[in-house]
Amino acid sequence: MNLEDLLLKAEVEAFLHLEADLLDSRRFDEWLALLADDLVYFMPQRRNVRYGLHAEAENTRQGEGISWFDEDRWTLTKRVEQIQTGLHYAEEPLSRTTHMVSNIMVTGQPVAGEVAVSCRFLVHQNRVQYETYTFIGRRHDILRRAASSPAGWLLARREIILDQNVLLAKNLTTFF
Amino acid sequence: MFSTDGLVDIDNGIVSRDIFVSPEVFQRELDTLFTRAWLFVGHESQVANPGDFFTSRMGEESVILCRDKAGAVHVFLNSCRHRGMKVCRYDEGSTTLFTCPYHNWAYGLDGRLMGVPQYKQLYEGVLDKADWPLVEVPKLARYKGTVWATWDPEAPDFETWLGDARQHLDEALDCRDGRPGGSEVIGVHKWIFPSNWKFAAENFLGDTYHNPSHRSVDLIGIGPSAAAGVKGRRDNEMAKATHVWISFPAGHGIHSAIAPLGDTYQESFKDNPEIEAYFRHCFEERQRRKGEDARLIPFVGTIFPNTSYHGRQPRGLCVWHPHGPTETEAWRFFLVDADAPAAVKDFLRRYYMRYSGPAGMTEQDDMENWNYATAASRGAIARRHPFNYQQSITAASLDPEVLGYRVPGLVSTQVTEHMSLGFYRRWADHLEERSWDVLLGLGDTRFGSAAAS
Ligand code: FES
Ligand SMILES: [Fe+2]
Repeated sequence: MNLEDLLLKAEVEAFLHLEADLLDSRRFDEWLALLADDLVYFMPQRRNVRYGLHAEAENTRQGEGISWFDEDRWTLTKRVEQIQTGLHYAEEPLSRTTHMVSNIMVTGQPVAGEVAVSCRFLVHQNRVQYETYTFIGRRHDILRRAASSPAGWLLARREIILDQNVLLAKNLTTFF
Repeated sequence: MFSTDGLVDIDNGIVSRDIFVSPEVFQRELDTLFTRAWLFVGHESQVANPGDFFTSRMGEESVILCRDKAGAVHVFLNSCRHRGMKVCRYDEGSTTLFTCPYHNWAYGLDGRLMGVPQYKQLYEGVLDKADWPLVEVPKLARYKGTVWATWDPEAPDFETWLGDARQHLDEALDCRDGRPGGSEVIGVHKWIFPSNWKFAAENFLGDTYHNPSHRSVDLIGIGPSAAAGVKGRRDNEMAKATHVWISFPAGHGIHSAIAPLGDTYQESFKDNPEIEAYFRHCFEERQRRKGEDARLIPFVGTIFPNTSYHGRQPRGLCVWHPHGPTETEAWRFFLVDADAPAAVKDFLRRYYMRYSGPAGMTEQDDMENWNYATAASRGAIARRHPFNYQQSITAASLDPEVLGYRVPGLVSTQVTEHMSLGFYRRWADHLEERSWDVLLGLGDTRFGSAAAS
């Protein structure tokens, strides 16, 4: 790994940590400002399939059928607006969340200002009094260098691979 | 004998909290209700080809929906006849055999026991394989693409069970342009929420009164015309229609609406002119095909006991599987017309995902309410105080004309809880193991002589 790679990795890590911090601080508008206009935000469902069929059939696919999330910046903006009405009872009162990211890897050479990054996430959600959920999995992100972004980068694509088949949570009200 | 006295007082519109939290009541439901009622299992589009299977549930138990080599559709209990291991632990796929992981008994797609390891040395002359197939449901119905089953060989035919609720369910299952059937499943959400299954079933019987809980989505607008600036979570296709809330003798309940004579198309997909043009075309075709019956606009309903539908915006079936006294496993099957243009399917699936299920902006608030309603009903003191179901319960009439259109069933034209009481009448009859005549509501005096015929 040369110095340039290390610098890039440090920049990427700083971006991912900033995002997590904004979400956990409920600074949702500032988080939205880090999303590219053409963002693809995708969380597939995971199926139990026969050995050898994982690549083709384990996950639902972006762009077809139904997934947990397969949406864009408009929809995420709506989700933030909904929380901000103060009447979205599934997030009113607000949950407490902690987003942790680790195992961060830049997975390819930057191309046209975009860089592919993978990481693991652990999202802990505590709600009202006794409700607690833990979401663990892998993320594949594409970050785009952008002068317009307050952080120097925009999130252009996010794929969230949650390690669950039947969702073991009543709701997915948090951002990943 | 088990009695529901003290649990439901239908005449006075009072229901005990025990039925939403008690382990004894829950076990009784599993033993007597889910073993007899017709239950939704899946959709034929999920097992389109011979060898295809989809692992589903009936009540708490795992079942396999599959299509055998001859094309026949089966539903089997997913449990080996030897020691009970699940013979299929994949969600869906295609196979030639279900081979048990434990000792490798192998079953064909028609359920027959085909292979028993070391049969000659260990079982010859004792075990007759023909006597040990996978346990198959005694009755199965294929209805407009949907597959339903019951464990009771004495159960009436599925269409008898549906009764007059059929016309309303049809509106969820028929093509948007009025052709019968023709839907396909484009995905299934499966998730667990901490609430009794009946909270969800009741919600879809037509609990329109809970509208305020969805204020947040209505304020921001997430419907098919939201990007064009229309608020609300759906387009108001019922703007000029008269709403009807109907209870049926077998326990089903629905909320639909009757459009005025000569109703014209309400713009409902303003975000995209191509989609709007498609649905306008469908509207006109549907008028032509269904004639007078096109005036029926579907909204929601629950087919007793635990299959609910959303008729239009969004469109799908949801099964509320009992998963414990205070836990439900929901499976939502999303529907589109199989032959709809790709752009229409894409538009709809995006709308479905932002509306429905655990990530759906509308339904998240439902789950929150069912969760905390269940939790706050567990207490010893709370359980001394039953729930009130008295809303508009005297306001229904039998088989009325609404805007000149005859609507079969016990019908209210104002927001009401009478469908819930109708549901609990039959629920009580199931738990008390009544005859099928009683379970079909044939003796239900609410329906006068019409039901007795
Ligand atoms: S349990 Fe299936 S072969 Fe023994
Ligand atoms: Fe609702």
